[in-house]
Amino acid sequence: MGLITPDPGLLFWMIVSFLIVFFILKKYAWKPIINALKNREKSIENALRQADKVKLEMEKLQADNQKLLAEARVERDKLLKEARLMKDKIIEEAKGQAQDEAKKLVESARTSIQNEKKAAIKEIKDMVAVLSIQIAEKLIKDKLSSNTNQSDYIDKLLNEIKLN
Amino acid sequence: MGLTFRRLIIWVVIIVTGILLNTTYLWANEPDSAKSKLDTTEKKETLKPGDIIFEHIGDSYDWPIVSFKDKIISIPLLVIVYSKTTGFGIFFSSKLEHGHKAYKGFEIAEEGKYKGKLVEKLQDGSIQKPFDISITKNVLSLLISFALMLWMFISMARKYSKYPNEAPKGMQSMLEPLVIFVRDEIAIPSIGKDRYEKFMPYLLTVFFFIWINNMMGLIPIFPGGANVSGNITITMILALITFVITLFSSNKFYWVHLVNTPGVPWWLKLPVPLMPFIEFSSNIVIRPFVLMIRLFANITAGHINVLSFIMLIFIFGAMNPIAGFSFTPVSIAFVVFIYFIELLVAFIQAFVFTLLSALYFGMAKEQGHH
Repeated sequence: MGLITPDPGLLFWMIVSFLIVFFILKKYAWKPIINALKNREKSIENALRQADKVKLEMEKLQADNQKLLAEARVERDKLLKEARLMKDKIIEEAKGQAQDEAKKLVESARTSIQNEKKAAIKEIKDMVAVLSIQIAEKLIKDKLSSNTNQSDYIDKLLNEIKLN
Repeated sequence: MGLTFRRLIIWVVIIVTGILLNTTYLWANEPDSAKSKLDTTEKKETLKPGDIIFEHIGDSYDWPIVSFKDKIISIPLLVIVYSKTTGFGIFFSSKLEHGHKAYKGFEIAEEGKYKGKLVEKLQDGSIQKPFDISITKNVLSLLISFALMLWMFISMARKYSKYPNEAPKGMQSMLEPLVIFVRDEIAIPSIGKDRYEKFMPYLLTVFFFIWINNMMGLIPIFPGGANVSGNITITMILALITFVITLFSSNKFYWVHLVNTPGVPWWLKLPVPLMPFIEFSSNIVIRPFVLMIRLFANITAGHINVLSFIMLIFIFGAMNPIAGFSFTPVSIAFVVFIYFIELLVAFIQAFVFTLLSALYFGMAKEQGHH
């Protein structure tokens, strides 16, 4: 039967063309295609892995950030608290100092007033002494111009002095 | 609602394509049937569907396109013959006038051992078959399919080098899943992850060669229609190449396995070498033979199926024109059905041939660890 007997002409063409096409395709089609597919798969795999890595890193970074933020918050609170304390302390100190100063001022004012007062009194006393002496002088000069008067006065004075 | 409407559209499309396909098939079928009718008028109105079908799935020196009444339009093909007496003869088959005329002593044998083949009539009246490497219908179809493959895959490879690491586009995106399918579903599971790469070019070539030729065989008009992958010569060479590659890539364990199959009782090997005989015949004879027959039989059967259902119209028509006309829709419905099965078979046969080749390579390369 013609159907199942191989035909030499077709056999010749098949072998020749199949081998030629096979080697051409092998060199110019299959190798580049297979390599390209492999490279693409590799690059996709790498990209996915990279993405995972980046994701992990991002998560880590985020966690770090959170931690940093929390730390910063604590630090801030601490700083604020310290500042508040410092402020209170400074105010307190300033107040004390001012009070002291005021007290000192008042004290010094008081002593100087006292001194002034003493000086004034002394001056007044001196003045009074001088004046009284002058007055006494004048009085004595007037009163003791006559002998009677002088003796009267001396009597009077002697009377006044009571010996006890 | 939407679903049923879509289904309706799908059915309409299927039926219309089927009818179109079959009308074109009828057209391609026309020359033979017309010729046969011509013959039958000479031979008293007997229709020979078997002859027509075999003529169709066989080879020819020209490529029939269409015929009307006794006028046949066909593409003349190049005849290349070498005869011991007259030397080389290269001419177009149109010189032979469809076998009605001899040219330079060469003619197409009408009967006998060389029926349908080009023979040389010697001066003493005896017939001699010259060395014939004509570009016949099958050879041209083969060359067209090779050209198609070269164009498809080289342009595809060029796209990969032009746009590396990018999503495939156009034909590349249609072929890439198939290439990956051959790699991931055929080569790697049957040969192994570290050894498959060496066999990939052959497996891909064979897969696409069989698939493309199967599909081209289903196209009823010019570039297709030839029964290339259902030709025993073609399948024989494919099976032989697989066999040769298997032998060349075989290692020590493969031959040890053949001669002294492990895990089999000794009495199956020693006095009478039953097991070695079975292993040898299975590996050396049966496997390549079955590989050859399977593809040939499947594809040829598909062609015969389609042609038979079409011939039924003419058989009924020869009995009674009304019977012929009324059987046409039935016949076409059957042909459409077979066509869809053939589309599937085209892929399955390519897959099976490639898978079995890969399995044989895998066995030849297997290490003794079981």
